[in-house]
Amino acid sequence: MEVSFGITGKGYVLVAADTTAAHSVIKVKNDVDKIIELNPHLLMAYSGEPGDTVQFAEYVERNIRLYQIRNSLPLRPPSAASWVRKTLAQSLRSRSPYSVNLLLGGYDTSDYTPHLYWLDYLGTLVEVPFAAHGYGSYFALSLLDRYHDPEASLEEGIETLKRCIAEISKRLVVSPERFKVKVVDKDGVREIEL
Amino acid sequence: MARRYDSRTTIFSPEGRLYQIEYAMEAISHAGTVLGVLAKDGIVLAAEKKVTGKLLDLSETKSGGYGGSGEKIFLLNSNVIAGVAGITADANSLVNYARDYAQRHLYQYNEDIPVEMLAQNLCNLKQGYTQHGGLRPFGVSLLYAGYDPHYNFQLYHSDPSGNYSGWKATCIGANSGTAQSLLKQEYKEDIAIEEAIGLVLRVMSKTMDSTTLGSEKLEFATLTLDAEQRPKAKIYRPAEIDALLKKHDLAKKDEDAEMKS
Repeated sequence: MEVSFGITGKGYVLVAADTTAAHSVIKVKNDVDKIIELNPHLLMAYSGEPGDTVQFAEYVERNIRLYQIRNSLPLRPPSAASWVRKTLAQSLRSRSPYSVNLLLGGYDTSDYTPHLYWLDYLGTLVEVPFAAHGYGSYFALSLLDRYHDPEASLEEGIETLKRCIAEISKRLVVSPERFKVKVVDKDGVREIEL
Repeated sequence: MARRYDSRTTIFSPEGRLYQIEYAMEAISHAGTVLGVLAKDGIVLAAEKKVTGKLLDLSETKSGGYGGSGEKIFLLNSNVIAGVAGITADANSLVNYARDYAQRHLYQYNEDIPVEMLAQNLCNLKQGYTQHGGLRPFGVSLLYAGYDPHYNFQLYHSDPSGNYSGWKATCIGANSGTAQSLLKQEYKEDIAIEEAIGLVLRVMSKTMDSTTLGSEKLEFATLTLDAEQRPKAKIYRPAEIDALLKKHDLAKKDEDAEMKS
């Protein structure tokens, strides 16, 4: 069962996603990276129909890169989120829609603010302080509702994240064994070992 | 000999020149002056109107629209205003194109278009007419005054060839050389918008043909930030221009008042 979630804090966004590739009831891999780096200050966690996810994530990645090459300006997180939402909404109304749910985390280098967006395959877009997709969201969201602090330091944010992962591991019947965690802040995107 | 290369835009002369482009630039140097000055907290645009006269119906410009007579200064998007010099009909076509492009960007990305992107796109269009056969280039130069979060306030100039450049203060149209050298002397780094307004009005009053400035000959606009840090364009209405000129002591003197004093 796929799980991904994101938390904003003081000047950063933390995004975590499980690393399992499942085929029917079988785990075929447990080191998959489901968080793509779209540009130095933008990352996206994807989940949903296997195949659709990677295809769509790479399509977004290439288009955001193209925008930056053409205009020598980065696409700011709010604009990138709007573009992805529009693309998903168009896809939904096509013959073969993408079945992909996303979390978009970014750091806006023009006004120094972190942003986290929750998107689903229906073309919903919301900017949120914390977010989750998948069965893990039932545990993570209630925990984050209690413990999230928008002014938390990165260390405090990681502690909250660990709480969420611990709860999911404990309560979810088919819980993922590993999580990949990435952070984006003023210095860009980097991976964090828990 | 030169004639052979005059009639087509796409053909280089033996000296390596494109005459139609040069003629377009020449047309602009006779057009009404447009002047722009970049301040640290805003931008000022002013333009000289050439189409005037007692019989011209200006009733619409006094109250209708978003201000301005719609001859020289236009609102391209909520964060960009433009001053045009050259063939007005060509300018209208470009303004329409620019507005369309800016709205497309807003639809796709849910943000105001970055200023340089808009200028660049208009230049791509202009450049196309210097290369494709049988078509006349746009006889228009534009000054774009805009704001975006990437580079804050910006002032760009584009010409009929499709070149564009960024400026702190610049001028296009008739007497632009004189105005430019005046600006070079008087421009200071980091001036505030109020000083920039004064500078623009001073330079305009020196370069325009008429001895006194008035709303019938002048268009004026500013771009600043509002309380929520969003760009706010203000294109002055005729009454506001006259009030501004009066404030800066450049308005027409009331003869009766002078007689009395």
